[in-house]
Amino acid sequence: MESLSSYLVLGALMFCIGIFGLLQQSSLIGMLIATELILNGAAMNFMAFNMFLTPDPTVGQIFTLLIMGVAAAEAAIALSIIIAVYRRFKEIRVDGVSELKG
Amino acid sequence: MNTIADFIPPILVAQGAFWLMVVLTLAGAVLAVIPSKIVHNVLGLALAMFGVTGIYLYLGSQFVAMMQLLIYVGAICVTYIFAIMLSPPLELDLPKPSLLKAATALIVSVIAFIAMIQMILNARWAPLAAPSRDWTTKTLGQELLTRYFLVFELISLLLAVAIIGAILIAGLGRERE
Repeated sequence: MESLSSYLVLGALMFCIGIFGLLQQSSLIGMLIATELILNGAAMNFMAFNMFLTPDPTVGQIFTLLIMGVAAAEAAIALSIIIAVYRRFKEIRVDGVSELKG
Repeated sequence: MNTIADFIPPILVAQGAFWLMVVLTLAGAVLAVIPSKIVHNVLGLALAMFGVTGIYLYLGSQFVAMMQLLIYVGAICVTYIFAIMLSPPLELDLPKPSLLKAATALIVSVIAFIAMIQMILNARWAPLAAPSRDWTTKTLGQELLTRYFLVFELISLLLAVAIIGAILIAGLGRERE
């Protein structure tokens, strides 16, 4: 458990559960939640590599903080877009939001 | 005087805590993805983020762990809850996710997972002779304000732009006739 691989496997598991949710969910907010899981799987890898392999003690942690900032910004923007889309289409399913017919 | 450490060795307690956090993370991740009710998904996401906080603490980084708890559980999940509560989408009944879609998603994610596991197990990491364990908040703050100052500024600018953009997008959306 004090090994690099266990953290990497955990990160990969979170990443793949996120991909599964992203492909399987039909609502926009559900897809956004799955995206957060994907970002967290990546951040977990950064922390593990920083702990075990990097001579510089802080670079991985700072990258993880950057990922958290990007995730917060992404959540704010995406939620406001979803609310705007809902107002326009009365719909939060991905399939229902389309204007072109054909 | 008997303490709990006499019965259970501390290393066992530490390992138990680690595996408990792993189980919490994975259970939360599954809960965040599988149910079709959005509120359950958000609660699962909060659980998963809590588990990741414990794992960061186990890795030894208190500051990043606290930031994880504050930003993800305290800010992002609450923002989701607000967005769900303040707008009607919760009342919309979502259709059951189609079985074909779920099966395809499962196949794709399992293939991605197998590929990643192959890579992780086959890679030859060169472990450090003396890994630096200087993970205190003080070091992190000093580095963040000297060497990695650009990152700090970039996060601030990004968050400011994102907040203004979110207000503009959500506020200026027009209702369709």
